[in-house]
Amino acid sequence: MSTETTSYHGQPVIKEPIWTWEIPMYFFTGGLAGASAGLAYLSELRGNEVLGRRAWLGAFGGIAVSPVFLISDLGRPARFLNMLRMFKVTSPMSVGSWILSVSGASTTLAAVNAWTGWFPRSARAARPVAALFGLPLSTYTAALLANTAVPVWHEARRMLPFVFASGAALSAGAAAVITTPPEHAAAARRLALASAALELGLNEAMRHRLGEHAEPYKRGAPSKLRVLSGAAIAGGAALLVRRGSGSRAAAATAGGLLAAGAACARWTVFKAGFVSAADPKYVVDPQRRMIERGERRGAARREAKVRDARPVVGSPATAPAVVRDLQSSSPH
Amino acid sequence: MGFFTDTSVCIGCKACEVACKEWNQVPMSIEGYTGNSYDNSVELDANRWRHVAFIEQKLPVDVTDGASLVEAAARGQAVDGGVASYQEADGFRWLMASDVCKHCTHAACLDVCPTGALFRTEFGTVVVQEDVCNGCGYCVPACPFGVLDQREEDGRVWKCTLCYDRLKDDKEPACAQACPTNSIQFGELTELHERAEHRLAHLQQAGQDKAQLYLADAEDGIGGAGAFFLLLDQPEVYGLPPDPVDTRRDVGEIWAAAGAAAVALGVGLAAAVFGGGSR
Repeated sequence: MSTETTSYHGQPVIKEPIWTWEIPMYFFTGGLAGASAGLAYLSELRGNEVLGRRAWLGAFGGIAVSPVFLISDLGRPARFLNMLRMFKVTSPMSVGSWILSVSGASTTLAAVNAWTGWFPRSARAARPVAALFGLPLSTYTAALLANTAVPVWHEARRMLPFVFASGAALSAGAAAVITTPPEHAAAARRLALASAALELGLNEAMRHRLGEHAEPYKRGAPSKLRVLSGAAIAGGAALLVRRGSGSRAAAATAGGLLAAGAACARWTVFKAGFVSAADPKYVVDPQRRMIERGERRGAARREAKVRDARPVVGSPATAPAVVRDLQSSSPH
Repeated sequence: MGFFTDTSVCIGCKACEVACKEWNQVPMSIEGYTGNSYDNSVELDANRWRHVAFIEQKLPVDVTDGASLVEAAARGQAVDGGVASYQEADGFRWLMASDVCKHCTHAACLDVCPTGALFRTEFGTVVVQEDVCNGCGYCVPACPFGVLDQREEDGRVWKCTLCYDRLKDDKEPACAQACPTNSIQFGELTELHERAEHRLAHLQQAGQDKAQLYLADAEDGIGGAGAFFLLLDQPEVYGLPPDPVDTRRDVGEIWAAAGAAAVALGVGLAAAVFGGGSR
């Protein structure tokens, strides 16, 4: 027996996603929006109005752009409102559409109020709603990827939300560091640096926990993006630590690098899914191994549930007359 | 209602592919010669709802028990006869199977569809409502069999409807009607399961020890299917997953992780804002 995967002419078993570049950008901007809303709300609570206003700007920027990316990726963009026909808990895309809608409305209200002072009473209610809904906004996209048949996404279902959460926090910290004068941006720097470390660490941990399923991250586009992301995040963090509290320009550059690194990290996970779906071995081998180890039953059964093999009139080839002829001419 | 596909009597005529295309007006999808035996259809997708698979298996056989070459080959014996060509007693067998949407009992595509375009019909089948589908494509990577796909230039997702329109008129699906050997059998699933068990027992007793029913049992990862198969080898030989699972099985765990991560994010944000000396 050869050690190669048994496959049907090397054809994939599952389909690659049809999603294009808009989807990882939608993940990135959604995470930016969600974590920025929390940063803004909490900063205002602590009394840092300058950081709060800037973070609401980041949240608004993210939430304004995120749905545009999502809608543009649809096969029939004009039908985007069909996403709100129902609320289906088995579908992260369904639940996410509602989270996005609530976040969009509340974040917009809070940001407009923070910069213009309009709608003060509604904004007072909108702020905590935006902050609260921003949290699942940052993590449901990981649930979306994990809830598929793509092995490298599905097998990482426990860690992927934490990876996306640290990515969201990193994006929010980076955006705030770019837009906020350094003397008011201490909390943003703390957030950016801590999330940078977490983002690097959690991505490594996720790939480690994937074990045999992690191979797609080691080849092609995912492996290149991984290196790029790591370099941008590490470089941005180093610059922020050294010069970020003194120089606005250094802080902005550092923030840019960190944001780029966070976006690259989303792209790495996205591209790894395509690699994982394209090669039948990533689907077949783990399933076959689990069946052989007795951990899974599998979908095939060799033992018939009946003892007598009466020929059934299903096919002309199995009709009684034909079977009788075959049996009489057989050597048995 | 559903399909039982008895691949042991499939002759690879592709009448099912043609009938399906004609009845459902599925667009042309010519891809040229693939070199994959007689299979130039390649896979199920938006423009291919029935796909006939061809596998050529060369099996060296031991013919010392007086059996004919064909008999020995049919037994699927993998004993090394120490010979190098068909003329010198190597065995050879064809595996041919018509693949289709499985119309799973626990259908991942239906579970993840955010618009409700995918729904369960009164016949127990899974159908896409093309006037609702907005082409979000979530069903495409969710299907453990790689059945659904987006139709280019149209933007929506299409798949086998189990001829929903024909069923409503008390007809059987086009592929089942066209199949000349009745490899594709259509009917009530209880009746089809009974036929399948007897056919499996018959084949096993005839020496086909790799014969197996695929997706016939409710205990598998999709709760059994509306389209189940009798295969003559492992599922992966036909390009089918050995252990397909509806991702809904893990959705509780997935939401719990997303929820915990959201809480952790909130805690982290609070720590960053309130945790330092300076604001």
